[in-house]
Amino acid sequence: MSLDVWNPTTGSREVVRLSPSELGKVKPWEYLLRFFFGGLVTAAVGLVAHRFGPAVAGVFAAFPSILPAALTLVTRHDGRASAAEDSRGACFGAVGLLAFALVVHAAAGRWPAWLTLATSFVAWAVVSVGTWALAVRLRRHHRASGRSGRRPARART
Amino acid sequence: MWSELVVRFVAGGLIVSAFAAASELMKPKSLAGIFGAAPSVALVTLGLGFSQQGPAYVAAEAGTMMRGAVALLVSAAAAVWLVRTERVPAVAAALGTWAIWLAMAFALVGVPP
Repeated sequence: MSLDVWNPTTGSREVVRLSPSELGKVKPWEYLLRFFFGGLVTAAVGLVAHRFGPAVAGVFAAFPSILPAALTLVTRHDGRASAAEDSRGACFGAVGLLAFALVVHAAAGRWPAWLTLATSFVAWAVVSVGTWALAVRLRRHHRASGRSGRRPARART
Repeated sequence: MWSELVVRFVAGGLIVSAFAAASELMKPKSLAGIFGAAPSVALVTLGLGFSQQGPAYVAAEAGTMMRGAVALLVSAAAAVWLVRTERVPAVAAALGTWAIWLAMAFALVGVPP
């Protein structure tokens, strides 16, 4: 079963798709691997915080805990082209993560903890999807202008 | 100390797994890839920071987290190139992504605010 979602960049209902059946393709050990790595990295950041303080621990809060595992698993399941697309998406997510940190930095102490984290998470989602949508639109515009800007072939006389 | 590490391990593992599952659900892959840079470790780290150390501590963490996010942007861009290079195995590309992030992060830690 798949659910088509409206894509703000094109106005079409077919570009962004949610496919719950994809979850079945992932093997249990792959879920366990992600759980283990995610847990290990998060616990390690806790140790870093105890040893080196918040300034160093803050840097490690942006440690790539999902991307490398996703990279190997997507390459295995869908090939290198899909893994490259996945990594390109992580670039937009990283821009969103910058917005997340900015909002937490500005709001911590002014707003309650739950509101700070919820707002910064929304900021991550909006900026990530927004930069992705902008990139899609720019790529389409670039392709379209490339086609229209091409000189017509000179007729042979 | 140990109980806190266990909480971090379980919470971090669950959040990372949830974001990874969300990424699997979504097409196209370039959009699903945003979950590769989801604030999974950050939500647990900053959440526990709020409850145990207070907002000033969390603000300090978030301030330097921006440098980590810049390092993540660079390492994700490098991952695009690494994974496209046929002679680089996927596992080596993943390890390379970590290495680039670590190099960038250590370089940026030394930069004054």
